[in-house]
Amino acid sequence: MLRYALKRLLSLILSLAVASLVIFAVIEVAPGDPASFMLGVNAQPDTLAALRAELGLDVSKPQRYLAWVGGMLTGDFGTSYTYRTPVSDMIADRLWVSLPLSLYALTLSTAIAFPAGIYAAARRGKPGDVAVMGATQLGVAVPNFWFAMMLVLIFAINLRWFNAGGFAGWEGGLWTGLHSLTLPAIALALPQAAILARVMRSALLDILGEDFMRTARAKGLSRRQALWRHGVRNALIPVLTIIGLQFSFLLAGSIIIEQVFYLPGLGRLVFQAISSRDLIVVESVVMLLVFAVITVNFLVDLAYAAVDPRLRSRT
Amino acid sequence: MGQSLKRGFVSALALSSALIAGQAWAKDDIIVAMQLEPPHLDPTSAAAQAIDSVVYSNVFEGLTRFMGDGSIVPGLAESWEISDDGTVYTFKLNDGVTFHDGSAMDAEDVKFSLDRARAEDSANAQKALFAGITDVSVVDPLTVQVTLGEPNGNFLFNMAWGDAVIVAPESIDSIKTNPVGTGAYTFAEWVQGDKIVLERNPDYWGEQPALAKATFKFISDPTAAFAAMMAEDVDVFDNFPAPENLPQFEADPRFQVLVGSTEGETILSTNNKQAPFDDLRVRQAVAHAIDRQAIVDGAMFGYGTPIGTHFAPHHPAYVDLTSKSGHDPEQAKALLAEAGYADGFETTLHLPPPSYARRGGEIIAAQLAEVGIKAEIINVEWAQWLESVFKGKDFGLTIVSHTEPMDIGIYARPDYYFQYDNPKFQALMETLNTTTDPDERTKLLGQAQTMIAQDYVNGYLFQLAKTGVAKAGVQGLWVNAPTAAFELSEVSWVE
Repeated sequence: MLRYALKRLLSLILSLAVASLVIFAVIEVAPGDPASFMLGVNAQPDTLAALRAELGLDVSKPQRYLAWVGGMLTGDFGTSYTYRTPVSDMIADRLWVSLPLSLYALTLSTAIAFPAGIYAAARRGKPGDVAVMGATQLGVAVPNFWFAMMLVLIFAINLRWFNAGGFAGWEGGLWTGLHSLTLPAIALALPQAAILARVMRSALLDILGEDFMRTARAKGLSRRQALWRHGVRNALIPVLTIIGLQFSFLLAGSIIIEQVFYLPGLGRLVFQAISSRDLIVVESVVMLLVFAVITVNFLVDLAYAAVDPRLRSRT
Repeated sequence: MGQSLKRGFVSALALSSALIAGQAWAKDDIIVAMQLEPPHLDPTSAAAQAIDSVVYSNVFEGLTRFMGDGSIVPGLAESWEISDDGTVYTFKLNDGVTFHDGSAMDAEDVKFSLDRARAEDSANAQKALFAGITDVSVVDPLTVQVTLGEPNGNFLFNMAWGDAVIVAPESIDSIKTNPVGTGAYTFAEWVQGDKIVLERNPDYWGEQPALAKATFKFISDPTAAFAAMMAEDVDVFDNFPAPENLPQFEADPRFQVLVGSTEGETILSTNNKQAPFDDLRVRQAVAHAIDRQAIVDGAMFGYGTPIGTHFAPHHPAYVDLTSKSGHDPEQAKALLAEAGYADGFETTLHLPPPSYARRGGEIIAAQLAEVGIKAEIINVEWAQWLESVFKGKDFGLTIVSHTEPMDIGIYARPDYYFQYDNPKFQALMETLNTTTDPDERTKLLGQAQTMIAQDYVNGYLFQLAKTGVAKAGVQGLWVNAPTAAFELSEVSWVE
């Protein structure tokens, strides 16, 4: 197990190193200069030069890359060009919105998908299965921002149960914070739940056809006992993979939902930073997301090993 | 007995009316929504209008200031004297003005602010406003003398800009995140990406405003803006981004729609140095190919005033020159044929993100196609636009709203991105800048407007409207936008 973990860890570090180089190169070639964006159309050349010097944009790109990577290794992500506050503080503030939102959405999607998937698999071909499959088909096809707008229309504008957007902050207590994240979390969760339910169902159906399931029934377990003890547990591997991917997606992919609900999360930060060419913020946030995705995958790999002992010995 | 009963009744009545009055005054905070969040809060070192929208005159004040109707009135300067030759301005400052940190605002602060803005390493985005200043000297704590190299008829106007507000040397290092000004509101809190909170300054030198607290929220998505307003999450949307939704607000008794004007001349900017636009006849053909009202109706849902030159129609010196570029496709075709482009030509049309450009661009491209000009639409972000169009001058046509007030002077800069190089116009601007007599200035401004209209420098489209949406109970809002600002001092709730 330890060897397996170390090997995974090494590939994690290598991936991060390559990612940092690619991110920096790709983002730095985008046309546009943060200083001229800030100073607008009436700026004089000497003013621009003064600002570029102040922002540290007058040194060469390799130097800036090394400074950036070196800083990150010591936990210093640099200072935002536009906001002029430390990038790490900005990211930390935004994570307090994006991370709970992703976890909330993931919890909701799992809570919906597991029962729906298991129910559909257990009732394969029956009306219940058809209904669940139809609903999930719809869930996969409809984009989450459309769900978001419908939720706002019904629950914010007409029923007034929730605000149309914005984040109330955690200072008012856990409930206030969660309440303001509920509509966005549902909008994010529904399409994910649809995908997850379909994966759960098909994984479970595969398992149900396996020989060991027949053996389980033969040794005297009821359909239900066999399903829960041997079926669901074995179906967890593909489901975990999808959950891992979904978490990364939820963290990085909530840009549109954060726009629709004007939430001060990471996605919105990146969106603003890209348009103002606040390159250091974009680079750092993307790097952080890459780090999150790679780490989650690492944890999922470890979780496989925990669920399936064969994986540990194979390496 | 009868007397005391009556007295009791009267006092009960007085008490209840006091309660009602108390209730009527209960609401003294407001939530204002805007599309863009300021990058930081220093109006003297960035071009972002979002900064001024929050802090202008609320947190920071200048020697002079803009009023809602566009006039310039005394601000921190109580009065001034101008020397006979028009080069020395002696400002008398208001007594008893303090910064939010308690320190006094005096002539030294004025000198510091102006010297900082015009310094060699200044990061002021409108450094040209201060270019004429040769000396700033402190006469006594409440008197400051500004000397100009030559007379400048715009000087008091320039000093009203958000880029010319008075800042203090003690708090300058942290101004971007903790602005300390002299205004009626102090900076309270900024949750980045979400909101900025201002609170009433109890020590304000002027009149106390009605509102105790103002929260600025930032909602960039037009759909989200609509939802936030409809769900009554916000009280005011400063400049509502989706004109198509305005009729719905107008029909709803819960809301009021305020339609005014901005200083934004929206123009089809033309690269005057690039063939075939270096030919006056081609530029004139473009002007006649455009149907301004169709663009205002189609792209802005009717909000906006057609213009025929680069000048705001609400300004007293405005000359209506729209007839010079009336919609006439036949004349446009004739002009193109005369210039040797009977079969038309191909060009590029760069469109930055705002809807006036993206929607207006589609319509203009179709109108140009009718006279044979094939304009390839290229959508760009602002950063790209600044790099390739504005700096690189690599474009044929582009659509931009020039939002700075009184910016006709940009036509005197031959290296400006549309590259209009006319020595006569440059001489005219020289004369205008050194003219202080109001009537003479009006005459010169009229000549300048006519000159650029006759040269068809750019396709003049329309004056950008300001479309505010507010709850019905809010009063005292600026209808027009003479400068980027959300002035809180007059705002209150009716009950």
